[in-house]
Amino acid sequence: MRRRGIALVMLAVAYRAVLPIHANEIPQTERRSGFGFMAPDTQAMQGDDTVNPGTLWVLDGEVLWNRKVGSADKACADCHTDARETMKGVAARYPAFDKARGRPVDLEQRINLCRTDHQQATPLPYESRDLLALTAFVARHSRGMPIEGGSDPRLEPFVAKGRELFVRRQGQLNLGCANCHDDNWDKRLAGSAITQAHPTGYPLYRLEWQSLGSLQRRLRACIAGIRAQAYDYGAPELVELELYLMSRARGMTIETPAVRP
Amino acid sequence: MASALINVPARARRGDVIEIKTLMSHIMETGYRHTASGDVVPRDIVTSFTCRYNGTEIFRADLFPAIAANPFITFFTTATESGRFEFEWIGDRGFSQTASAPITVE
Repeated sequence: MRRRGIALVMLAVAYRAVLPIHANEIPQTERRSGFGFMAPDTQAMQGDDTVNPGTLWVLDGEVLWNRKVGSADKACADCHTDARETMKGVAARYPAFDKARGRPVDLEQRINLCRTDHQQATPLPYESRDLLALTAFVARHSRGMPIEGGSDPRLEPFVAKGRELFVRRQGQLNLGCANCHDDNWDKRLAGSAITQAHPTGYPLYRLEWQSLGSLQRRLRACIAGIRAQAYDYGAPELVELELYLMSRARGMTIETPAVRP
Repeated sequence: MASALINVPARARRGDVIEIKTLMSHIMETGYRHTASGDVVPRDIVTSFTCRYNGTEIFRADLFPAIAANPFITFFTTATESGRFEFEWIGDRGFSQTASAPITVE
């Protein structure tokens, strides 16, 4: 058992050693949220809660937070009481390490685990309006707070895996995430700003989607864009990528629900 | 569940030009899309929006399939008297929503 532990640690060390520090990793002082790449009109849309369509989901989430569901007949609020207090800063820490599973879970998965384990209810499908609404409502209480993703030492090997996925070339176009988002974030792709891929505002309202969407939806769209096979919703690889991106954005401010073109 | 977001200034001086912002939760399905099996996804849009100021219609808009989901409509009017703005959205499949907002004019 002990030997196995040592082997795991060595594996984690090996990951770090094998991966070169990327030449074009964005310096801390040059990090910018996608907000900074948007037109002033879109920025104004995000800045005003009565104009930001994401507010519709946040308000729905508040209703769901207080609604009793499942055979346990419990609402989120029955355990977690006032979300303004209990959910403050929570989204800034996710994906977080789940002891029982021995691996990171993202906010959507945590909500569904709460549903199955504590409310005895069926998990909500990914990208369903209810799951997006609850996630947006929870994450809204972290708005303005600094991202702390990946600071738990137990997450280190998973951050490393996420990073490995971020820099790995894949798909028919043979591109890794880093080829655009580290190397070419100051350029444009088909007229759109490439941006630095900091997930500061998820779930967010994309004008292109005409809906709120999760970070996993965004990642899957990017993976399809490089003509690679996208991982299924909830796949460990996507959660590790989310985790790496959140650790990469550590210290930046949560904007949920953000608006993006 | 939340359906409308309304932004009307709570107070205004008589004669002020004020901005009214409205956002309605709606999918605005165009009717031009098809499912994987080739069936048309039936049109489901908001077709009409009306605003009344103390009972008098001050703004009306017809909406069409090219308008994006969650239509955001903003317009200006002159604050003449205290009272209420009443908003009404009507659409396909019997869609009907109302909302209202008060204003105090000094």
